Amino acid sequence: MEHYTMNLTLKVWRQKSKQDKGHFDTYTVNDISSEMSFLEMFDVLNERLVHEGNEPIAFDHDCREGICGMCSMYINGRPHGPWEGTTTCQLHMRAFKNGDTIVVEPWRANAFPVIKDLMVDRSAFDRIIQAGGYISVNTGNAVDANSLPIEKEKADASFAAATCIGCGACVAACKNSSALLFVSAKVSHLALLPQGGPERKTRVLDMVAQMDKEGFGSCTSTGACEAVCPKEISITNIARLNKEYLISGIVSDK
Amino acid sequence: MLNSKIPEGLLDQKWNDYKGHVKLVNPANKRNLEVIIVGTGLAGASAAASLGELGYKVKAFCFQDSPRRAHSIAAQGGINAAKNYQNDGDSVFRLFYDTIKGGDYRAREGNVHRLAEVSASIIDQCVAQGVPFAREYGGLLSNRSFGGTQVQRTFYAAGQTGQQLLIGAYQALERQVALGNVELYARHEMLDVVVIDGKARGIIARNLVTGELERHFGHAVLLCSGGYGNVFYLSTNAMGSNVTAAWKAHKKGAFFGNPCFTQIHPTCIPVTGDHQSKLTLMSESLRNDGRIWVPKKQNDTRKPADIPEEERDYYLERRYPAFGNLVPRDVASRAAKERCDAGYGVGSSKQAVFLDYAAAIERYGKIECRKHGIENPSAEEIRHHGVEVVKEKYGNLFDMYNKITGEDPYTTPMRIYPAVHYTMGGLWVDYELMTTVPGLYALGEANFSDHGANRLGASALMQGLADGYFVIPYTIGNYLADEIRTGQIPLSHPAFEEAEKAVAGRIDTLKNINGSQSVESFHKRLGKIMWEKCGMARNEAGLKAAIEEIRALRKEFWSDVRIPGGIREMNPELDKAGRVADFIELGELMCIDALNRRESCGGHFREEMQTEEGEAKRDDDHFCFVSAWELKGEGNWELHKEPLVFDVAHPSQRSYK
Repeated sequence: MEHYTMNLTLKVWRQKSKQDKGHFDTYTVNDISSEMSFLEMFDVLNERLVHEGNEPIAFDHDCREGICGMCSMYINGRPHGPWEGTTTCQLHMRAFKNGDTIVVEPWRANAFPVIKDLMVDRSAFDRIIQAGGYISVNTGNAVDANSLPIEKEKADASFAAATCIGCGACVAACKNSSALLFVSAKVSHLALLPQGGPERKTRVLDMVAQMDKEGFGSCTSTGACEAVCPKEISITNIARLNKEYLISGIVSDK
Repeated sequence: MLNSKIPEGLLDQKWNDYKGHVKLVNPANKRNLEVIIVGTGLAGASAAASLGELGYKVKAFCFQDSPRRAHSIAAQGGINAAKNYQNDGDSVFRLFYDTIKGGDYRAREGNVHRLAEVSASIIDQCVAQGVPFAREYGGLLSNRSFGGTQVQRTFYAAGQTGQQLLIGAYQALERQVALGNVELYARHEMLDVVVIDGKARGIIARNLVTGELERHFGHAVLLCSGGYGNVFYLSTNAMGSNVTAAWKAHKKGAFFGNPCFTQIHPTCIPVTGDHQSKLTLMSESLRNDGRIWVPKKQNDTRKPADIPEEERDYYLERRYPAFGNLVPRDVASRAAKERCDAGYGVGSSKQAVFLDYAAAIERYGKIECRKHGIENPSAEEIRHHGVEVVKEKYGNLFDMYNKITGEDPYTTPMRIYPAVHYTMGGLWVDYELMTTVPGLYALGEANFSDHGANRLGASALMQGLADGYFVIPYTIGNYLADEIRTGQIPLSHPAFEEAEKAVAGRIDTLKNINGSQSVESFHKRLGKIMWEKCGMARNEAGLKAAIEEIRALRKEFWSDVRIPGGIREMNPELDKAGRVADFIELGELMCIDALNRRESCGGHFREEMQTEEGEAKRDDDHFCFVSAWELKGEGNWELHKEPLVFDVAHPSQRSYK
């Protein structure tokens, strides 16, 4: 792999607090290595800001391995930036070239208020899970794990849905700020497993109700969510959710 | 005198006996007992969910924006359990024995046996919650092998096992939040333990969004705050992983156990430059199928594909024929360092070895071709089918490698090098997971108890969930049964006042230093000292020098650090400053512990103490004990020794040959 360095112009959203209006600030960063990650480039900039006596740019990040779901930058009009199936922390600078201008914003959705700069509050997702995104089994109640064989195909499909990292990119990409890809991934994960059967009908109704209550919009069916999902969660999960929702809504003996 | 409270009786009956005689708390009383849990990884989330289910009033804290982000989520390869589903000779005893031996005889028999006993229930519990483990075509659970074992007992969900287990525990936790049994405090950091009349009675936490300090009362406090690998700056830990909660507890009287026992994981993506902020692990499960090698010639700059088979040194298979590429982590890491130090390293830095999948792709490809009835398959057909199998097993790991390095591991061998990954040391706890402060517990990686001097792969997830789901729900009752008459202590109690004042004072001091150097630059310098002098190999001169350097660094930090922004607001620099200040103090203790332990065991390798073949040489006559350090004052510790007694697994020279 050829390595190179580059000089870049960054336009970054700065917002002191939830109440503040916010604005873009422009920075130049020089001698950025193509081997750096996108967040390491921000580290370099922040280190400079501290040295200059300025406040560094606040952004969420933790594992930097693409799995915790905490990082959340809207880069050049796309959640998590230009690479497919990639979180911001796994985006590397070889995606850019010398002289590029990069615009970085927070997730923008009513249900995700900005806390500071590029950080947003995604606790709405936790409350949607609280509404039913689980199987009600207390510790100690379980039977032997192999007493319930599960078709490999179903187990694999359930796993694929369960790999959602709850980052919120789907919401940020959607022009209606819908959370349906997130909700449908959880509904699918649990609906595809026999263990999820007993609560299947109430789960989908309760989770969708909570989603509406949090102020997320309705699905546009444009597929923008699937296109930007760093874990490539399939939009077919939304179709499954719709089916689950419909059936749960019309049967009387829930 | 340290009392480990290991129950009397035969090893395999201790836990049963304990459970049969432990004090119980009736449901009506549970509703009046409050428990604070710090950290929401596997240990914290499972404990919070289980205690909430039992009816205790739980408050759970995490510094991340959601409990689902805790770093347990990044664990890749799997979780061990003595299920013996593969009929390959596994048993509770085997898992116990492998773990004791893997830890180089520096763990407690009683704790480890209990861990092996409850391991099977963990898998049952997780499946019941809907954790989608990998399955065979018959619908039953699949297993693979991990380092240091000769059976297949590892359950997994592709390379995202930690994620799936944590989401299971997180969902169980959120269910208790919905039911009102658990109150959740995300974006909160614990900054002190409040001790009243010698017992832990609450915490001081900082709301990281507003910067406000808060007081929280609890009849007991559980620290499930993870390990301290970030003392090395570069590690596989998350950026926010820190020792602060455990360190504050240490300052309030909790002894710190075996601080120098750190695990350097053999297969991580090598460092590329000074900009590096963290290191990424490539799961140990990759050693199931991958082969590790270096060129036989020093400074060989040829491309790996151009190096013929006979000019490759598969050094693990050569040195350890019985376990081959699946030797334990400490052994594999030292072997990689030995080859690189001797000039056989690869890549531009020469600090890397190859992890090669070509042979596995061919092997799996041939099996698949046979399955599909393809006679005399071409090399291309074999490769195509082989790649498909490898993709299913390890696809996400290969993708991650590709994203970070820009190289395709399906066609060229991965470059890997050891990196700091896990800390076996932690707060000293007894059999009940209680620290030396009554009412203060430590679970999961935050305690020292089960892995001795080296943790085997796929055992961290097992321990975190064992502690949270199956140990603490029993042992905490034994303490709380005597607390049913203790009412809620008002937050105006002088102990709360004082603790909050001290925390606020420290924050003010930090902020008012107004020096010239960033927090990050201090952290980097600390990491460099630790990695070079207290890392994969340690010696007396280096450790003594490190202690001096760290003391100097500490002084410099407290006189020249610069923290921009305000106190009563979201200020990540300020959060980090507090954590780095604690890391500096911990670093000194780690070096003191490493200096004191004049033997090599597990991940602790003293260069002065090695066998003729360069293996770790234990000194059971002098060091068969747990080091439990008591803080006596700034930079002043007293050592307490807990002797280790082996009734069943008799210590022997660990051999994987």
